[in-house]
Amino acid sequence: MELLCPAGNLASLKAALNAGADAVYLGLKDDTNARSFAGLNFTPQRLQEAATLVKRSKRKFYLTINTFPQPGQEQRWHQAVDLAVNSSADGLIMADISLLDYAHSHYPEIPLHLSVQASVTNLAGLDFYQKQFNIQRAVLPRVLSIKQVKDLAKVSPVDLEVFAFGSLCIMAEGRCQLSSYVTGESPNSGGSCSPARYVRWQEQGDNRLTRLNEVLIDRSGIDEQMGYPVVCKGRYLAEDAGTAQFLLESPTSLSTLELIPELAAAGIVSLKIEGRQRSPAYVEQVTRVWRDAIDSYLAAPAQFQSKKEWLSALAKVSEGQTTTLGAYERSWQ
Amino acid sequence: MNISLGPLMYCWSKSDVFTFYDDVANSPIPLVYLGETVCSRRRQVKWADYVALAKMLQSTGKQVVLSTLALIETASEQTELRKQLENGDFAIEANDMAAVAIANELGIPFICGPTINNYNRATLDKMAEWGMQRFVMPVDLSCDWLKAVLTPLANFEAEVIGYGHLPLAHSARCFTARLKGLAKDGCGIACEQYPQGVLAQTQEHQPLLRLNGIQTQSAACCDLRQQIPVMEAIGVSWFRVSPVNQQSITMATELTRGEFPDTIAANACNGYWHNNAGMERVI
Repeated sequence: MELLCPAGNLASLKAALNAGADAVYLGLKDDTNARSFAGLNFTPQRLQEAATLVKRSKRKFYLTINTFPQPGQEQRWHQAVDLAVNSSADGLIMADISLLDYAHSHYPEIPLHLSVQASVTNLAGLDFYQKQFNIQRAVLPRVLSIKQVKDLAKVSPVDLEVFAFGSLCIMAEGRCQLSSYVTGESPNSGGSCSPARYVRWQEQGDNRLTRLNEVLIDRSGIDEQMGYPVVCKGRYLAEDAGTAQFLLESPTSLSTLELIPELAAAGIVSLKIEGRQRSPAYVEQVTRVWRDAIDSYLAAPAQFQSKKEWLSALAKVSEGQTTTLGAYERSWQ
Repeated sequence: MNISLGPLMYCWSKSDVFTFYDDVANSPIPLVYLGETVCSRRRQVKWADYVALAKMLQSTGKQVVLSTLALIETASEQTELRKQLENGDFAIEANDMAAVAIANELGIPFICGPTINNYNRATLDKMAEWGMQRFVMPVDLSCDWLKAVLTPLANFEAEVIGYGHLPLAHSARCFTARLKGLAKDGCGIACEQYPQGVLAQTQEHQPLLRLNGIQTQSAACCDLRQQIPVMEAIGVSWFRVSPVNQQSITMATELTRGEFPDTIAANACNGYWHNNAGMERVI
């Protein structure tokens, strides 16, 4: 079972490799990937450096080209594919049908991974992408229960990758317009969810107001742990309720640490850590815990148990300092 | 401009649904989409009922398309989807790639709904190769985008959600059940209590979202009626009214007769069409 870690820059990439990642995923410094944050990602030159480091460590790297090209802009996405192939990337993570088609027809040898942004949650979809574009792997959206993941893994024609830890996206990825509805930008259109330049915090007495493009998405206590300023984790007034609530989801991170035995038994090939926008220290910390957890499991599968120190280390880097099993839990289904 | 009526996305009682489509049958609206697109737990109106409604509407001379679920997760949902596609009579609106896959396998034509990620011409041409006859523009795209994508002339039709609350997201979690403190599998079909979804306002009382089971909609109604001449000029074939209540039939009827206002409704949004944030109101 591969441990796949995020690399927003060279420092994070080194941190991930040092802490025991089997593979890293990264994106170019432009809108061809869905984490287009200022100051993050790789220029073509940095990509070469990254490739050299990864190959020297005998690990793998995948290039994320998972936004959807707009008409007239396709050339840049094609160049990203060309660049990835020339950099000896071990795989391309993509969602757009025209890009999968381009990569499959121009470079039939390069492994294609279906990005979570393609939002495929079922066998018919996986079969179809495999048949059309020979995808090797698919990243499952964070909307399936553990039973659904297991059921799908039994019949899937391609390898499956699941999110193991990080920000909890509660919508079917790639088909969520909440960010673009409020800001005009979204992961699909080549920006990111809740771009930083639209976020404004305001102190008001004992409260802190979180605004996204001037829309008030949360009002929290000054000392309260805050989540990411995304629309789905805001507090709103429902039409028949007097007080504001987290109507969609509260600030919390996804952690599937305790599911490692079940995911391994299901044949999941890769566990993905979310967070290309997070610091190298975060990448280091989370990678180390998961390396240890996976190795403990492999050494003695029957005895596997989450260690207290893993949980406390992960809680420190989690939103609201809490974690959840998210959709893997029955109560969501 | 041809006017269509989109699928009813809310959970209404069977009698309300039948009354609604009786009125639709008596209207001049030429194209009607119907079917459950949000949640497979909503079984007030069963597939056989939709087929009966479709036949009734077809007998009045309308084109009818059966719409399928936006998020196919389980094997049983996929089995049901296959049954729907094999109906033998009606075209289907695919709202998940599973529907595209099965339609392609069966060699039957389909319409791509707004929740399929069609963001460029090469993707749409591929879809057309697989059997797509028409696509509904994803809600976050613009007039400029559509103009570019329809040049040169395409061999498929384009449809725009021109009026209605926009479907913005779909989740595994049911927000209506969550609001009622219920587990999803014991939801008691709480959605039926909210025939237009649950309005969610910010703490400054700005209407923001509309919770409709696992679906999140825009609180504001998108209104592009005054853009109809522009749409005609760039080659849009269908203007979709997404129904909210009986009034939607009246509005679609007026539009079918060529009656539309020259401004957008108060509290409506049209931002996406003008390359802005979706919630903006551009005058």
